Amino acid sequence: MNNNEKHIHEPLFHITKRADIVWWKAWLVRLVAIVAALFVCAVVIVTITDYNPLQVYKTMFEGSFGSERKVWILLQNLAMLLCISLAVTPAFKMKFWNLGAEGQVLIGGLASAACMFYVKDSMPNWLLIIVMLVASLLGGVIWGLIPAFFKANWGTNESLFTLMMNYVAIQLVSFFIMVWVPSGSSVMGVINQASGSGWMPDLFGKKYLFNILIVAVLTVVMFIYLKFSKQGYEISVVGESENTARYIGINVKKVIIRTMIISGAVCGLAGFLLVSGTNHTISKELAGGMGFTAIMVSWLAKFNPIIMVITSFLIVFLQRGAGEIATAFRLNESVADILTGIIIFFIIGCEFFINYQINKRSKQKEAK
Amino acid sequence: MCVGSAAIELRGITKRFGNVVANRNVNLSVYGGEILSLLGENGSGKTTLMNMISGIYYPDEGQIFINGEEAVIRSPKDAFKYKIGMIHQHFKLIDVFSAAENVVLGLKEQGSYDIKKVSSKVAEISEKYGFDINPDKKIYEMSVSEKQTVEIIKVLYRGADILILDEPTAVLTPQETQKLFDVLRRMREDGKAIIIITHKLHEVLSLSDRVAVLRKGEYIGTVETAKTNEAELTEMMVGKKIELNIERTEPQNPQDRLVVKNISCKDREGVNVLDNVSFTARSGEILGIAGIAGSGQRELLEAIAGLQHIDEGEIIYNNPKTGSADNLRDKTPLQIRDLGVRLSFVPEDRLGMGLVGNMDIVDNMMLRSYRKGKSMFLERKSPRDLAETIIEQLEVVTPSASTPVRKLSGGNVQKVLVGREIAAAPTVLMAAYPVRGLDINSSYAIYNLLNQQKENGVAVIFVGEDLDVLIELCDRIMVIGSGKIAGIVDGRTADKNNIGLMMTNTKGGGENE
Repeated sequence: MNNNEKHIHEPLFHITKRADIVWWKAWLVRLVAIVAALFVCAVVIVTITDYNPLQVYKTMFEGSFGSERKVWILLQNLAMLLCISLAVTPAFKMKFWNLGAEGQVLIGGLASAACMFYVKDSMPNWLLIIVMLVASLLGGVIWGLIPAFFKANWGTNESLFTLMMNYVAIQLVSFFIMVWVPSGSSVMGVINQASGSGWMPDLFGKKYLFNILIVAVLTVVMFIYLKFSKQGYEISVVGESENTARYIGINVKKVIIRTMIISGAVCGLAGFLLVSGTNHTISKELAGGMGFTAIMVSWLAKFNPIIMVITSFLIVFLQRGAGEIATAFRLNESVADILTGIIIFFIIGCEFFINYQINKRSKQKEAK
Repeated sequence: MCVGSAAIELRGITKRFGNVVANRNVNLSVYGGEILSLLGENGSGKTTLMNMISGIYYPDEGQIFINGEEAVIRSPKDAFKYKIGMIHQHFKLIDVFSAAENVVLGLKEQGSYDIKKVSSKVAEISEKYGFDINPDKKIYEMSVSEKQTVEIIKVLYRGADILILDEPTAVLTPQETQKLFDVLRRMREDGKAIIIITHKLHEVLSLSDRVAVLRKGEYIGTVETAKTNEAELTEMMVGKKIELNIERTEPQNPQDRLVVKNISCKDREGVNVLDNVSFTARSGEILGIAGIAGSGQRELLEAIAGLQHIDEGEIIYNNPKTGSADNLRDKTPLQIRDLGVRLSFVPEDRLGMGLVGNMDIVDNMMLRSYRKGKSMFLERKSPRDLAETIIEQLEVVTPSASTPVRKLSGGNVQKVLVGREIAAAPTVLMAAYPVRGLDINSSYAIYNLLNQQKENGVAVIFVGEDLDVLIELCDRIMVIGSGKIAGIVDGRTADKNNIGLMMTNTKGGGENE
C-alpha cells in the first residue's frame, strides 16, 4: 500500500539541545562568529563600495582608538550605555520586561535640567549637584514605580505600560523645552554656559572621568547586590518562578515594586550623568535609543554586570566605528548601519550553536 | 521479508537527546490479536519508544516494519496512514467540543461535514467494544475516564489496528480500570494489536499476553505473561532483586496536631473546590489522602500552607512546644512560620513550586532559610553544608552541590526537595504525590523517609495516587471526591475496591473509622 514511499524524505539531520558546553568551546563559537561576521561584511563592502575591507576595518578601529579624545568619548559612551544596562538588569532578572528605560532616563535628565535652569547660580555648585542628583533619582523612580505598581496590584502588562511611559516622557521634555526656550526653537542650548552651575566638575582635568568612575563603582555594587544580597536572591526567585516565591513566603508585590524602584533610580542616575556630566542640556534624544540597546547588552551578558562591561564595549565600539567609516569614506550612514547589523546578527545568532547542536542521522542500513 | 509478519516490528531503534540515550538498540514486535505490555520504570524510555512509532519523534538509528514492510513514520499523519493510533497520557481534546466533534477533528473526509453520521458511527464503535459514551456530550462535562474513552474512540474511528496506550490506568479508579481492561480484551478478540505502557505489575499480569521490559533505555527482553511472576519482572525492570515491602509501625502516642474544621474554598469562577472539609492530622501517624486527580487535594494542602484563600472554616494548629492552639486561616506562609509552626510542604509541582530549576542545590537549600540573620547579604555556608549532608545521606546522584537542580533526574530532584523539607525539623509534613515519576528504588527511599518522620512524632499527610501504596503505608486514609470528604478509613483494614467506590461516589460514604 504505502510501501513504494519508503526510503524517501528521511530527515538528514536533527537539532538537539546541548546538555552542557565547555566554556572554551562556547568562546570558540563566539570567536568564529565574529570572524564570519567580518568576512560577510568584507563581501558586502567590496560589492557595494569597492573599498579595501581591511582599510575599512582599520578605520573602524581608529574610530574608537584613533586619538586620546576618541578613547575618552568611547569610555564615556560605554559608561552611559553600561549604566542604563545595569538599570534594566534587576528588572529583567525578575522577568519584568522594562522597556521604559528610555523614558526613565529622560525624566531623570529633565529633572536635572529643570534644577539647573531654575536654580542657576543661586546655590553653591556642590549643593546644586546634590539637589539635581536627588531630583533625577526621584524622577526615574516615579517613572519606574507607576508601571510596577499597576503590575503588582492588577497584573497589567508591563511591556506595554513602560513603553507608553516613554512617549509621555518625550512629550514632557518637548513641553518644557518650549517653555524654557523663549525663541520658540525646539532645541535647548547649553544651560548655564557661562557659570557652569550644575556641571559635574572635571576630575584630574578629565571631562568624563567622574561619570566613568561612578558607573564603574555602580557595576561592582550591582554585581554584589544581585549575587550576594538577600534582595538579589529574592529577585532571582521571583523571576524564575512566582509560585516558588509565594510558596516560601516572599511577598511578590513588594519585590516587584522594590526592584523597579532600583531600576528606575539607576535610570534616573543615567539621566543625571548625561545632563550634568556630559551634555549640559536636555533634548528628546538624550537617551538616544540606549534604553533599548541596553536590553541587548544585558541579555547578551546573561544579566551578569561584569560581563556587561564587555558587551557594552562591543556595541559602543561598533557604533563609533560605524560612524567613523561613514565620515572617512564619505559613505552613506546606512552602510555603517548595515555592517553593525551584520556583526550583531552573527553575535546573537551564534548563541544558537552554543545552546543547540546539529546531529547527522546515521542509519544502520541492515540492522540485524 | 520477515517471518510471521508482526503487526509492528522494531529493529535496532536508537534515540538520543543530547548526551542522553533514551533508547538503545531496541527490538520489539507485536502481533495482531495480542496485548503487549511495555514495562519499565519512569525514565526507562517507554514513552520515547512509542512516540517514535506514532510519529512524534524520529529514530536516530534503526528500522520500523509494519506488517513486514519497512515504514518511514515522520509525523502522526504518517502513523495514521499505517493505522497506528496512540492514546497519550495527557489527553489532547478540545474542551468546548462534543465527543463526536473531537473524534473527527483534523480528519479530512470525503463529502460534506455531517456530525450526525459521525455520532452514529461513534455509537456503533461504542457498541462493538462496549464503551459507554454519549457522542454529543461536551468534553468539559466529562470525567477523566470518559475523556479517555473519547481518545480511544478517536483512534478507532480512524481505523487504527495498532493501539498504543500510555499509562492509561494512572488516572482511573479500580472500577474504571476494570472496565477499560474489558474493552481492551474485546479489541484483542477483534484482532487488534495493543501496546500498553505501564509500571504497575499486577495490571501487566492480569491483562497482557507478553511483556517487554526496558531498563534505562535498554531493551532487556520479552517474556510470556503466563510464564512469569512479579518478582521476575521487577528484577528485569530494576536490574536486581529488591524487597517491595513497606514497614508500618504502630503510631506512638498520637496527639491531635492539626485540626481542620469545616473549611471551604472557591476557585476563581466561584466553584467550591473544597466543600466543608474536616479532619484531624495526628502526630506520629501518616494520614493518606486518596482521590481522583484534581478532587481538591492540591487546594487542601495549599490552604493549610497559607497559599490558598479560605472562605469558611478554620485550621487549628496545636503547638507541642507552647501548648497553644493557633488558627492558621488567613495567614501568609511567613506569618505561619513566625507563629512557630513547623510546617513542611512537598508540593506536587517540584520544579515549579518547591524548587527553582535553574538554581543549584545550595541556593535551593536557602529558599527556606535565607532570611535568617540581620545582614543584608546571604550566608551560603550553612546551606552548603546542608546540601552536602543531604547529598550524602539520601544518596543524591549529582556532579556537585553547585549543579542546577533541573539537570538532576526526577528521583534526585525529589530527594533534594524532601531532604530540605525534613531538615527543617517539621511537626507537620505534607507531601503531594511525592513518588510521582520516581523509579522503584527512589520511591521506597521516599516511603522510608516518611516512615522515619512518623516515628519521630511528625504528623505526616501523604497525598498519593497508587491505592496499593496508600493501603500499605498509611495509618488512616481519607478519601476525597469533588472537594468533599467521602470518608476516612483505617489503612490496616481498608479495601481497595471500597476506596475506589468512595472516590467516585461523593454523596455516600461516611465516617467509618
